[in-house]
Amino acid sequence: MSRFHNLLAVALVLVPLPAGAGKLGLGRPALPAEIRAWDRDVRPDGQGLPDGKGSVAQGEEIYQERCAACHGDFGEGVGRWPALAGGQDSLTDDRPLKTVGSYWPYLSTVWDYVNRAMPYGDAATLSADETYALVAYILYLNDIVTEEDFVLTRENLPSIQLPNRPGFRDDDRPQAEYPLFRDHCTKDCKADVRILRRAENPDLTPK
Amino acid sequence: MSEREKTVRTRRTFLKGSVAALGGAAATPALAGQLPDPAITEVQPWRRRLGPGVDASPYGLPSPFESHVQRRNVPWLTAETRSSINFTPLHQLDGTITPNGLCFERHHSGVAEIDPSRHRLMINGLVEQPLVFTLDDIRRFPRENRIYFMECTANGGMEWRGPQMNGVQFTHGMIHNVMYTGVPLRLILQEAGIRPNASWLLAEGGDAAAMTRTLPLEKALDDCMVAFAQNGEALRAENGYPLRLLVPGWEGNMWIKWLRRLELGDKPWMQREETSKYTDLMPDGTARRFTWVMDAKSVITSPSPQAPITHGRGPLVITGLAWSGHGIITRVDVTLDGGRNWIEARIDGPRLPKSLHRFYLEIDWDGRPMLLQSRAIDETGYVQPTMKALRAIRGENSVYHNNGIQTWHVRKNGEVENVEVS
Ligand code: HEC
Repeated sequence: MSRFHNLLAVALVLVPLPAGAGKLGLGRPALPAEIRAWDRDVRPDGQGLPDGKGSVAQGEEIYQERCAACHGDFGEGVGRWPALAGGQDSLTDDRPLKTVGSYWPYLSTVWDYVNRAMPYGDAATLSADETYALVAYILYLNDIVTEEDFVLTRENLPSIQLPNRPGFRDDDRPQAEYPLFRDHCTKDCKADVRILRRAENPDLTPK
Repeated sequence: MSEREKTVRTRRTFLKGSVAALGGAAATPALAGQLPDPAITEVQPWRRRLGPGVDASPYGLPSPFESHVQRRNVPWLTAETRSSINFTPLHQLDGTITPNGLCFERHHSGVAEIDPSRHRLMINGLVEQPLVFTLDDIRRFPRENRIYFMECTANGGMEWRGPQMNGVQFTHGMIHNVMYTGVPLRLILQEAGIRPNASWLLAEGGDAAAMTRTLPLEKALDDCMVAFAQNGEALRAENGYPLRLLVPGWEGNMWIKWLRRLELGDKPWMQREETSKYTDLMPDGTARRFTWVMDAKSVITSPSPQAPITHGRGPLVITGLAWSGHGIITRVDVTLDGGRNWIEARIDGPRLPKSLHRFYLEIDWDGRPMLLQSRAIDETGYVQPTMKALRAIRGENSVYHNNGIQTWHVRKNGEVENVEVS
């Protein structure tokens, strides 16, 4: 074998990284300005909220201009666009209406989501102050605050409780369902079988 | 050849063929009166002329005769297509792998059309060193190939209150199953150094919705991956090009597409998609949250309303799909009589955890009406429940996690409708 081949063999043996090795040294440090540009998420305890403030009255103005076309003047939702207000005490109804006021557990989520994804089609354009004002206005539309001069700020946002805050519990399928779903009878499992319902409306299924 | 020549020629060939058939009739009485098949006796155009050369279609497409095999949207469901969903045509597919172009789509702000040279993946939060990766960096990590199903949590959501959609594409088509190539998420996180107090991970997309979900760090370090390829080629833009998070066995919404950021923290973020959406309203007015796992489920894809029986009585292949977010499917049963008696179906093809399984039951159909159902059992012993059993616990106001048994009513004429039985 030539000397060249020998060298190649040595190199090939040395190159593979041992499985479970430590860091590979890939990537580069993220700069503080880069993290600030992308890390805009907000948690219920207020972590992530920027400085700023906005009132119900200011929010109403922005809302009429940038949100009402889809979400309706009163947050009732135009056509199929989502409603942002109403539905209080409807969660056990036949047709519950889930909105910020009736269903959402945390106000921080409203701030985060509006700032992140709205207005639909023109995202990432709202300033912190505008977002505080819009969230204040959504509270007002849901009768959670009642004064037009109410001002939402970084400081008071985490302390505002939405009505349905206690309405959630962790997944309990492992206790409530899994033990029940273990039977797989194969012979004469029921006496009689009838058709109870059919997909009757032909307009629902696309042709 | 002109149209006229063709007709004449066809007619002559046809007549000649008939004579030949009559001649043979004496020998085989069973075939008396049967005309020879012009598909055989006529020279077909593709038998005679040269077809397109290589490169006629540099990126190949299905035969034009398959152009009806398409993802479909249900227009009345949503306000418009950029915040909407379409459905995989399960009734037209076989095997377990979904072709890339038929993987259902769910977007919240349309398809992000990302220039990969301007895509970055950032890791920040409770890490020793926040990092930024380019796609080239990601390709320098050790890779894995894994086949997983990805099911939208709302798959079957329209059926909670009873049968609505006459088509398995619409009742079950928010699912696909592809082979992903990517990097274990664990390796990428370790690169930044996970701080001991980190217990949750926020994943964020780079689309106009900047879609976010929180997942427990334990899952992130278990089998999650950051993928850049599906079925051997780059991810499709609709499915998250150039990077997507995989959260095997868990609800589809968590599989953040167009993945641009991972943040470690010590509490869940309670984002819109884990509070307003993807929570399950129960009859008492409270809601379950963090219902991440997709429980075992199955459905017969053919026959089904969009795939009726057209061949009459005799040999019939009943086929369908089964899957579980808890692992592999150990058994699929099929009933022809609405659940009175069940027969074990044959699972064929790969049996991989958190991946679609294909099952078959071959029967000799006597032409009688059938009430077809399938029932999946997974490696934990969980048996796919009936809709009735699910509603008894969850009521009718649920949207998500409908894994109830589906019934297809096959009529004498082979037509199939979506029904619910006692
Ligand atoms: C062009 C129509 C449109 C406009 C304008 C618009 N939105 Fe939306 N909004 C939507 C759609 C569509 C969704 C649901 C998006 C999805 O698919 O996830 C949504 C969702 C929301 C939600 C969450 C609703 C829920 O129950 O989960 C909030 C809150 C919201 N919008 C607030 C706003 C605010 C505030 C503005 C103005 C700054 C605004 N939107 C402007 C269309 C619009």
